[in-house]
Amino acid sequence: MNRPADTNISPTFGETQFTRKKQRQEFTAKCFFGGMAALMVIPLILIVGHVITQGWHSLSWDFLTTNPRMGGVKGGIWSVIVGTLYIVGISLCVSAPIGVLAAVYLNEYAKETWFTRIVNLAVVNLAGVPSIVHGLFGVGAFVYAAGMGKSIVAASLTLAIMTLPVIIASTKEALSSVPMQFREACWNVGASRWQTIRRIVLPNSISGILTGVILQVSRAAGETAPVMITGVAIYKAVEGTGLFLYDPFREQCMALSMHLYYIATQAHNAPKSLPFAIATVMIVLVLFVNLTAIVFRSWLRSRRKW
Amino acid sequence: MVKPKVQVENLRLSYGPKEVIHGISFDIEPNEILGIIGPAQSGKTSLLRCINRTIEFTANARPSGVIRVDGVDVMDMRNVYELRRRIGMVAPLPVGLPLSIYDNVAFAPRAAGMKRKSELDTLVEKCLTQAALWDEVKDRLDSLGTKLSGGQQQRLTIARALSHSPEILCLDEFSIAIDPVTTMRIEDVLKVLKKEMTIILVTNLVQQARRLAARTMFLWNGEIIELGPTEQLFGDKPKDKRTYDYVNGIFG
Repeated sequence: MNRPADTNISPTFGETQFTRKKQRQEFTAKCFFGGMAALMVIPLILIVGHVITQGWHSLSWDFLTTNPRMGGVKGGIWSVIVGTLYIVGISLCVSAPIGVLAAVYLNEYAKETWFTRIVNLAVVNLAGVPSIVHGLFGVGAFVYAAGMGKSIVAASLTLAIMTLPVIIASTKEALSSVPMQFREACWNVGASRWQTIRRIVLPNSISGILTGVILQVSRAAGETAPVMITGVAIYKAVEGTGLFLYDPFREQCMALSMHLYYIATQAHNAPKSLPFAIATVMIVLVLFVNLTAIVFRSWLRSRRKW
Repeated sequence: MVKPKVQVENLRLSYGPKEVIHGISFDIEPNEILGIIGPAQSGKTSLLRCINRTIEFTANARPSGVIRVDGVDVMDMRNVYELRRRIGMVAPLPVGLPLSIYDNVAFAPRAAGMKRKSELDTLVEKCLTQAALWDEVKDRLDSLGTKLSGGQQQRLTIARALSHSPEILCLDEFSIAIDPVTTMRIEDVLKVLKKEMTIILVTNLVQQARRLAARTMFLWNGEIIELGPTEQLFGDKPKDKRTYDYVNGIFG
């Protein structure tokens, strides 16, 4: 058998200078990218570690379950946690259904017209508006124009407006990841758009939809600026330790983000570990929500069918 | 003279400014197999999508002209879902819906409102048998349709197209994803199905049209070059030189 006398082509699948070069490149690339990924973890560990060690002294079961006293300097943070749950919960109840349904319309029903183009443009642009601007809108629209006053609902609705465009965008993304051919197959056998959405599109995109929604929950929980001007009080004396401490339509409430800001910067006689303890509670709360999202998503993914 | 099952009159279709079907007219007789041959981009798939009106899902598609099914203009049909149920459509690439094999076939009857388990069971078995798939999957009807091999998925697609008891079956290059043996089995099935329904067979395999179709249409660049008895198109003297060239593989 006559092979061309070209030394670059190995006749025995052995190692040549070219395969060695290739392997070297692969190794370098892997180390470089891996290093970058590792770099991401370091600040996370440093920040979380610092906050937890600093706040450890103030953390206790009592701290979590009693109400704050003396302007928040003494006592625990129970009413603060409850306030955060109220605000985030109500805003979620408003933004999730509206956002998901609007995204279903935009992705599944709407033809491309000037109207949908404007809606899509608005969604993208609203998602990029700073949160304080949403806060000012909330003051104008809910606190004054709608006559809600500074209240829990006003703050919740402001957060809902803020998270809505991102929920719409992420839901649209999840819906469009379902292959078009599935829809066409359904239409071909005489299924309506709604039957197609209910039986095929939603079951196969629900994990992505929920991920997007839950990520917005943790974002809403951490926001300070929009809620402090629409319905969150610096300090509000409450009685009892139940879950129903506030009347969402008439009252303001306390919230973790605002409480942390106040204790860390305004209250000079607070123990040094107190703000770190509040921060720890916030981090744990957000991590808990994200963890739920991850577990839920992997459970739904395992049921995904293609 | 039998009344035609499908009448197409002066059908034009454009996507945006580009016209892809330039005013074609033809009839399809009931219970015949009409073969449609022609190179890619000649409008074969678009034609099928006009008949069952799924062309409406393409935003910039503008059809004009008249298509009648059993003498009724499809554009006048208020219940477009009923129209689509009367037309079975099989796409070139297999689409197993992300559901179990059973649910894949039961999808259309369920969407039409059939609920009783026993009826569905009978129907699923009948359709899978017709599509030459039953023996391979009867023990695992609960497993996923998407996990089947390509050829099996295509037969599943055919079973799904049969599940709503269509009067017209459109097969759009159904055999490009399946092996020759299975293709022959399905072709045998089609010969039997012809007794119950009208079949439109779009194919890139010209010999497949020759084997199955009584009449064949040669569609090229959105125009009918020739439509006639299959023997005529495949014989020594088709009416148009281009037909001879295409069928005998000396095109261009």
